[in-house]
Parts: sequence; C-alpha cells; structure tokens
Amino acid sequence: MVQSLNRLKESPSQTAGPYVHIGLTPNFCGIPGVFEKDLGTDMVNDKTMGERITVRARVLDGTGAPLRDALIEIWQADAAGLYNSPTEIRGAADPNFTGWGRKATDMVSGECLFETIKPGRVPYKPGVLMAPHITFWIVARGINLGLQTRMYFADEEQANADDPVLARIEHRSRVPTLIAARLDDVYVFDIHLQGDKETVFFDI
Amino acid sequence: MSIDPKPNRQPEIGAFFQRDRSWHPPAFTPGYKTSVLRSPQKALLSLDNTISEITGPVFGHDMLGELDNDLIHNFAKPGESAIGERIIVYGRVLDERGKGVPGALLEFWQANAGGRYRHKKEGYIAALDPNFGGCGRTITDEDGSYAFRSIKPGPYPWPNGVNDWRPAHIHFSVFGHGFAQRLITQMYFEGDPLIWLCPIVRTIPDRAAVETLIAALDMQATIPMDARAYKFDIVLRGRRSSVFENRLEGN
Repeated sequence: MVQSLNRLKESPSQTAGPYVHIGLTPNFCGIPGVFEKDLGTDMVNDKTMGERITVRARVLDGTGAPLRDALIEIWQADAAGLYNSPTEIRGAADPNFTGWGRKATDMVSGECLFETIKPGRVPYKPGVLMAPHITFWIVARGINLGLQTRMYFADEEQANADDPVLARIEHRSRVPTLIAARLDDVYVFDIHLQGDKETVFFDI
Repeated sequence: MSIDPKPNRQPEIGAFFQRDRSWHPPAFTPGYKTSVLRSPQKALLSLDNTISEITGPVFGHDMLGELDNDLIHNFAKPGESAIGERIIVYGRVLDERGKGVPGALLEFWQANAGGRYRHKKEGYIAALDPNFGGCGRTITDEDGSYAFRSIKPGPYPWPNGVNDWRPAHIHFSVFGHGFAQRLITQMYFEGDPLIWLCPIVRTIPDRAAVETLIAALDMQATIPMDARAYKFDIVLRGRRSSVFENRLEGN
C-alpha cells in the first residue's frame, strides 16, 4: 500500500435537458419576477472600449436542423486582450465589459445574438500570442456533457495562420469550422454537431 | 464590516486537471434517443488549458435577492407558498483536491411536486402550481457551502421509450473559478427506485459515479416540524499548482 492521494472525482455531468431555460434564462421562458434580469444578457454598456460587433450563433444537429432549445455561453477578453476575471494577473480589464454572455437559442429560428466587442489577442505562453477568439460552451437536451469550442474571426487571416491552437488541428480542412464569416458588423458562427462540417470541439 | 481573513491571498492561476471523460457520460448514448443526432462523432482536440479557459467571470453575493434561494416562496403570492414536501438542500462545492470552492454560482431548476415544469414546451398533464416557478440560485460561502429551500420535485414521464419516467431530480448549473470548470448536472434523491431505470441516468457508465449524484437524507440537518434536509456535495475539476510552471505575466 502507498499513501492515498485523497483526490475526489469531478461530479459526472448530466444533460441540461429541455427546460434549461427555467434555471438559466427564466425571464426568456416566461418566468418573470424571480430574478430581475437573466444573467449574461448584457456584456457591454455605453462606455465599453473596442469595436462593437454582433455574433450570430446557431447549433445544428446531424440532419442540419438548428437546435431550438440550446443554451450558449461565451467568454472572451476585452479589446486590450485582458480578461475580466480574478485570475487575470496581467492587468485590469475594462470595467465596462463583462467578457461573459449567456443566450438561449430562439425557440423558432434557433439563432442567438451576442452584442459584444471584438476581443484583443491574449498569450498562449510567453512570447506567443493567440489570434482573437471567443470561447464557447454549449449545452442542450441530448448533449450529455457541455461542449467546448472557440470562434475565430475570418478577417484575422494572418493572426489565425499564426495561432498555436488552430495549428494543433491535424486535418486542415476542419480549421474553417472554427472561423466565423463577417457580414457587415455581424459574425456568423454555425456550430455543427455532426457531419462533414462537424465543428472541432475541445477536450481542454 | 467584514474582514478578509487572508488579505494577502493571491488568486490561483494554474490549469485545471484533465477531465476524466470515462467518468462522464459519453456523447453518443442511443438509450437516450435525443443524443443520437446531437453527439459529436469526431475525436475531440485535446489541449492543456490556456488563459482563455483558466479565467472566468466572478459573481458577487450582492447580486442575490433575498428569496433567490427559497423556491417555496420566490414565485408565490404574498402569504402563500408552493405545494409539496418541504425540503432543504445543502452541501459544499469542492474541487478534486478536496478544497472548498468559495464564490461559486449555483443555479438550480426543477419540476413542481406533481412533476410538471413551468415551460411552454412542457406537455405533461400534471397541474401547474400557481405558487411555484421552479428556479433559484445562490453563491457558495468562503468554505464552499451552500443551502436552499424548495419542495421535493415529482417524477414525470417523458417521450423516449413508451413508458420512461425521470426520477425526482433537481438540475444544477455550477460556475466555479475558471470557464473550464463549467458544469451542469442533476441531483437525485436517496431511495428513489426510478434512478436505476432512467435512460438519462444510465448515460453515466459507472454505478459509483451515479451514486455521487444521489443526495442523502440528513435527519440531523432537518428542521423539526418544517422541512427534511438532503445533503448534496458537488465536485469541480481541481487545478494544478502553478508554482513550477511558466507564468504568463509580463507578456
């Protein structure tokens, strides 16, 4: 026998189910008055620094149909590349930018819109920067463990080409699954759960 | 005025332990039919955490309303309360090192005592309770502990197999210190025979893992003549010490 490491096991995940809105966006699903506002609704205010953008996201199943009961959370750096987090030790992030957003996909169209700013670059390790990106976490009925992925920006061609995380994707034809196209000031990001265009999901 | 007991404490900035994906349910679990078309089929890209996953937003106790952790009253008309078996759910949020996780945001939602959710897509014939909304939230204390009050949710049938029933359960969303710790799970109740019949519970491969989601009846935490108590601890990914790792400052 040796000493025990006394580690605990992470609680196993269970699906968010079809009624995730009741807990995470109750005002969105017709339960007003319990919480003043759904958390994660507003990421920016009038004083937020940086370029205003809209991210239009959808999650598509194996038949190509959009999920109308998914919930997406995003997390990103501010315009200067700093996270609004106690764990950010490189400097103080923009106090007028939360960095975190939460949206339920529309129950008809399956779309959700995040009003945010374009993030700055953050380091991968000393001396190496990552391209601007937004971290995604996706849950829904039928998803047993929240899916983690990233959205990069199509108009950051050079930064994307140098990005150390994108460089880890063996099958280069899959890299575009993480890159959102720009239409005016809207970035369009379709997340494919299956099929030829299956999004690269992360074990991170 | 409160005094920070550890004023010189530095935030922990290490990466999180690798997730043991054999302990979690796999994505493709045909016994739970909805997973079939919603499960990624290609291998995940495995990466150590970057600053984008090590960091995460923080939620302050000041955002909480007085009844946020009281589902018996937070949707009820003044002077009324939700119908059902009154319970207290309490426990701690820990990480895999056994350390309490302070400041974790817990959000929970559930069906009413008859097994009916307050949701436009819900079609079960059981009655809605006009005094029950079904959602609540709280933030853990300095040692990771939390508590809330509710009614025991009822089991309910769902369209999967012809006669599949969900055991009584409460959904939990947990926000720890880093975005990589983000977790949603469900709490079940000690002694419920439906647990072991449920296709969603059965997505978890290991019986011992399921048992960590079953809250224990705790008669010592029960309030006599008021409410029974169930204890439910939640474990999030642990984090590595960053003492011997390259730090990101100065970049």
